[in-house]
Amino acid sequence: MSAITRINSRLSLFDRLGAMMVRLSFNRSDYAVEPGLYALNNPTPDSPVFVSANYKLSFDIVRSSLLGFGAWILVLDTKGVNVWCAAGRGTFGTVELVNRIKLTELDKVVGHRKVIVPQLGATGIAAHEVASLSGFQVVYGPVRAEDLPAFIHDNFKVSGEMRQVRFNLKDRLTLVPVEVVHYSKYLFLLLFFFLLLSCFFKVDPWLAVINLVVAYLCGTVLGPALLPAIPGRSFAMKGALLGLAGIIFTVSRLALFDQLAWLLLMSTISSYLLMNFTGSSTYTSPSGVQKEMRLAVPLQIAGLALGIILYIAARIIG
Amino acid sequence: MKYLKDVVTLKLDLDKCIGCQMCVNVCPHSVFEMNNKKAKIVDRDACMECGACAKNCPTKAITVKSGVGCAAGIINGILKGTEPSCDCSDGKSCCG
Repeated sequence: MSAITRINSRLSLFDRLGAMMVRLSFNRSDYAVEPGLYALNNPTPDSPVFVSANYKLSFDIVRSSLLGFGAWILVLDTKGVNVWCAAGRGTFGTVELVNRIKLTELDKVVGHRKVIVPQLGATGIAAHEVASLSGFQVVYGPVRAEDLPAFIHDNFKVSGEMRQVRFNLKDRLTLVPVEVVHYSKYLFLLLFFFLLLSCFFKVDPWLAVINLVVAYLCGTVLGPALLPAIPGRSFAMKGALLGLAGIIFTVSRLALFDQLAWLLLMSTISSYLLMNFTGSSTYTSPSGVQKEMRLAVPLQIAGLALGIILYIAARIIG
Repeated sequence: MKYLKDVVTLKLDLDKCIGCQMCVNVCPHSVFEMNNKKAKIVDRDACMECGACAKNCPTKAITVKSGVGCAAGIINGILKGTEPSCDCSDGKSCCG
């Protein structure tokens, strides 16, 4: 039998700092725990088995939610990726779960034949196949680990509310730091390009810098924060509208060509960034994203090109 | 929050449905309800094509084209001429 690591529900300062760093986008893709079976708070052979991913953030949320409760945690090898994303690509999947049950000899550790899988893992796991391949019955638990105590208290039943993913303000704001950091390379590239243009044409660069930063924040901060309040359903459309709104603060005193240039550039930048937020959202379908992209991406390319041409034209006409 | 209308590829074959309720259990957007011991699609536009229902349907009564839904992944797929994919050039995930 493979070694079982004993753990408890308490998160150390190190765990909390690690989580904070990950949320701020540092070391995000290298925050893993060893796959295998963990004994949480001195479980017995009758204690339930909770399946999780080997992303340390997922693992820590599960064990800290089960405060003082004896349980087994079966950690699958998901290459350090969270349950939902790993399930989507199949690493949190039927084969890995069945293999991990066998590798850890779970049937000798527990007396029952049930494993509790987080509901968002269902994208990768076929419950009926796990049952026929391993003899273990898959019980889908709540979407959020914070609902585990209520789930246990309710005799391992999931309420309707526990089954639904949310995307409320807090959920969206949690994602903002990663958005801001992730796309910053594009912002720096654009800033660099416009600074070069400013040098070349010997004009004050500050307007360009401010407009670019405002457009960037529209797409990465305001867009996610205000998402349900922005008109329209397509993310690219919502982003473009926000970019246009951002213009109000900066270009009212400009000549016509410059106004047009920034109108195009700011709406395009914000549109592109918010369109990419579909990847972080919990309610967009791939078919829908493809549909909006078929229209939005050509418009964004045209908007960026035309915006730059108009900006340069304005400098030449000056 | 609702996304685009009438875009999803979700299909349910009632003749194959045995009423096991697994789709109701795994759907994160309450797309299904039980009706006369069979599953019923009650909120089609809420479907995000995650594929959990089809994966857990023991009789293959549900089909849905699921896959990578992020714009970066779709652009990645177009550039490489493949299906949409999250995998970046360094072999690690963009969306950890």
